[in-house]
Amino acid sequence: MGAATEAKSEANIKTVENATCTFCGCLCDDMVLTVDMDAKKITKAKNACVLGKALFLSHEEEDRPFALIDGKPATLKEGVEEAAQILANARFPMFYGMSDTTCEAQRQNVALVDMVGGTIDSTTSVCHGPTGMALQGVGESTATLGEIKNRADLVIYWGGNPAESLPRHFARYAVTAKGMYTPNRKKDRTIVNVDVRRTKSVPVADIFIQVKIGADFELLWALRALVKGRHVDPNIEKRTGVSLETMKDLVERMKNCRYGVLFFGMGLSMTRGRHFNSAAILSLASDLNEYTHFIATPMRGHGNVTGADIVVSWQTGYPFGVNFSRGYPKFNPGEFTATDMFARGDADAGLILASDPGSNFTQAAIDHMKKIPMIVLDPKLTHTAKLARVAFTTSHYGINTGGTAYRSDGVPIELRPCLDSKYPSDEEVIRAIYKRVEQLLKTRKKTKGTNNKRRKAA
Amino acid sequence: MGSTLRIVNGRVYDPANDVDGKTRDICIKDGKIVKSVPPKTKCIDAKGMVVMPGGVDIHCHIAGAKANIARKLQPDDHRRDVHHRLDLKKVNTRSGTGGTVPSTFTTGYRYATMGYTTAMEAAVPPLLARHTLDEFDDTPVIDKGFYILMGNNVLLYQMLQEGRHEEIRNAVAWWLNATKSYTTKLVNPGGDEPWKGHRNATITQLNDKIDGYEQLTPRKIITSMVNTVEDLGLPHPVHIHCNNLGHSGNYKTTLETMKATGGRRIHITHIQFHSYGGKPNENPTSKAPQIAEYINNNPNITADVGQVMFGRSTSMTADAPLAWMLTRYSNDKRWVNADTECESGCGIIPFAYQEQVYTHALQWAIGLELFLLSKDPWRMVLSTDHPNGGTFTSYPRLIRTLMDREFRKQQMDSVNQKAVAKIKRGHHMEREYTLQEIAIVTRAGPARILGLKNKGHLGPGADADITIYDEHEDKELMFSAPRYVLKSGHLIIDNHEFRNNHEGKILHVAPGYDEGIKDVIRPFVEDFYTIKFDNYAVSDHYIPRHEVVPTAKQ
Repeated sequence: MGAATEAKSEANIKTVENATCTFCGCLCDDMVLTVDMDAKKITKAKNACVLGKALFLSHEEEDRPFALIDGKPATLKEGVEEAAQILANARFPMFYGMSDTTCEAQRQNVALVDMVGGTIDSTTSVCHGPTGMALQGVGESTATLGEIKNRADLVIYWGGNPAESLPRHFARYAVTAKGMYTPNRKKDRTIVNVDVRRTKSVPVADIFIQVKIGADFELLWALRALVKGRHVDPNIEKRTGVSLETMKDLVERMKNCRYGVLFFGMGLSMTRGRHFNSAAILSLASDLNEYTHFIATPMRGHGNVTGADIVVSWQTGYPFGVNFSRGYPKFNPGEFTATDMFARGDADAGLILASDPGSNFTQAAIDHMKKIPMIVLDPKLTHTAKLARVAFTTSHYGINTGGTAYRSDGVPIELRPCLDSKYPSDEEVIRAIYKRVEQLLKTRKKTKGTNNKRRKAA
Repeated sequence: MGSTLRIVNGRVYDPANDVDGKTRDICIKDGKIVKSVPPKTKCIDAKGMVVMPGGVDIHCHIAGAKANIARKLQPDDHRRDVHHRLDLKKVNTRSGTGGTVPSTFTTGYRYATMGYTTAMEAAVPPLLARHTLDEFDDTPVIDKGFYILMGNNVLLYQMLQEGRHEEIRNAVAWWLNATKSYTTKLVNPGGDEPWKGHRNATITQLNDKIDGYEQLTPRKIITSMVNTVEDLGLPHPVHIHCNNLGHSGNYKTTLETMKATGGRRIHITHIQFHSYGGKPNENPTSKAPQIAEYINNNPNITADVGQVMFGRSTSMTADAPLAWMLTRYSNDKRWVNADTECESGCGIIPFAYQEQVYTHALQWAIGLELFLLSKDPWRMVLSTDHPNGGTFTSYPRLIRTLMDREFRKQQMDSVNQKAVAKIKRGHHMEREYTLQEIAIVTRAGPARILGLKNKGHLGPGADADITIYDEHEDKELMFSAPRYVLKSGHLIIDNHEFRNNHEGKILHVAPGYDEGIKDVIRPFVEDFYTIKFDNYAVSDHYIPRHEVVPTAKQ
């Protein structure tokens, strides 16, 4: 890290400037962290929002064993051995998570799953996975957030609540941010919010359009029709809760702005219609480019979930839900996505990196996770860690560990850790497991498919 | 691997050292070519084989944000072309997918198995340099570098508008250092401002005023960058993708651009796409003879062809208005646009070149015309603008098309005949490239144009990047499957088999600059970008293996 950004004073207080907060997809890189090196605490997090403050100020290194095997304390080495044995002997291991760790760890994780012929998926499949599938169908018109800050004069939020989930989105990027062609901040922009309810993001909007639950697709499709000058039946209001006049007004604004943007959230990608909804909003933005410059971009939650998509894509060609059991990557959401694999009982082992599916997957999936040997890497003792065969305690990315994270618009940022940790990073643990599994596989006599012992056991 | 090796009995094609098919020994020590090695050194017997330096790709799109969106976009392109991992007990490789935009590991392996050992990614927005370097770290075997997009950089616009030339030079040098890149690239200079800021317009004339900048024209941007790069003494000159790519009648813009540099060095990339006659929005004609003649007569100009190959391609470019224009001609509904703040645009569409389509057949033929009319292979080198004109894996087929008159004629007869009729007939159509000329356009030439003194030749001091081919009548077969490939002295392909993995290095420049320039760039970044200035520059973590290629002043 740059020496210029660190200064020590007598009380062993350190200041780290330009640190990045990894709480959400905004990935704000302007944190000024004051660190009490003796107490190993972050005492101030200047510029952090309420979520970022929660992340930094509550950070505490718990005194836990380096690993737990079946709930009993173990050394790192024992944990690595156990994890390697599980993976080397598994026939259909499922790897999942990755949204709260560095790209360096994600890269090693994909290397490991490639070697053992398993399946890998990230939390993308339960947030904007459908948007990734929509991209494959219709493409997208997108931009980095700075271009939006500098140029956008029409900003439409749809199916998301950044005021609560991405608190600095308005101030840094899209509403009150001061840009090159938006010197008067909000005065230079029209803000529209489309949602099924009045969220805390609505007050900042100039126009709020309340759509009936489950009618986003119909509303988007009607808007597309209007953009293309087609007739739309006024009865559309009964279905969508939005009058034709309101739609026409919005369409005029969209066609006549100079640089428009549609930010959309899981209100589209994770409700009825899923990838159809995402495809509809991406198409709407693309269509509008006949008239003006228009962008659509998803709002992503976890700090480095975008990095997970990006890494898995460059290594395999596909963004999530990738299986290697034939010795090359195959992509099939629904078949190779984690919640489906677990719920169906397909996976015979699991590795969960920096995620807690044990707290948010379906009961069927969790029930299966309890039956199979699971490996978990996390700084905290999560629900998933509690049901794991091997649970590693790892250091916290962005606070203890440096590396790369990708912002939701694909801008890569190098993290600036501020505190040492006695625990290894995710990357180090995955590398150690990789090395041991490689040894085991290289010396194994029979190939996996013809292992009689396992057949008997089954 | 032992650290010494001798290749004996091979017919050596090393044009940079005037070796044209003579039988010579090549000695290797510690990854470099040396004059001699001890007599008992391990030998590769290359009897009946052709020995060349490893291939050097001067212009391709293989890594970074744009390539990765193109990968994500096209699962259909990957599923039919997979890359298996090899037997772990023999060599630990990674699996991947191919198609027009292969995954990173597959990209590295496929270049290597084709005998190419160096490749340059041609268009990276500086803000996203980290992404390209991350992918490079996962692109095995080959050495690689990249060019940063500087033709639509808003801060440079402001400086140029005010005539702050000294600051421009320092700023460009800072940017090259901050991104660990190899040179600057201009793509449709001046075109992004109207595209992003004026409802998807573009710019068509070198003397057109750029939106919002009274004093600026594409011509001024081009001449400023040509001068800047020459002043900095970069090993490779400005890499220019001219205005009006793909538009009928654009050859005038191309000629004007070449003339605008006043005798200074420039490299015009994928020049085939810039050699069209005809009127805008009508069918193109060929102006390859005019373009080839100008280049033949002006030694300050170098070019790569950007050959179109029939079949699937992915059009991906920083020239966003071009991709938008192409959506009209594509039968694929997918279109991607991606703006990078203050620096670049980007457009991606899946595409397919078809023999029976007039324009596609003409583009293919124009590329061949340029090759066949070129009098100096050192200055008109081979590329397909991978994956825009075709993929890099189609190079062997292109080589055969150049070397084999009959093969070329067969193809000419099977494509759209109206297009073929537009091509100038003459003695040049009978030309067959020799092995020595192929060695120039695929290795020695690109290396010389790039200023890579250790690449593209087999003299002492060169990197031991060597390809050994079985000599074969079918040149496509010959060039697609070398018997041996060495990278930095490591035997990667041994008797056609992939035997060793290897991590290549990053090639970049580090010109000097006045530290004071940071105080000029800093406030601009803090105001109009969305990351802190102190987080902009790429740290050394991202280039674990690298080589600084010196500038003329270093």
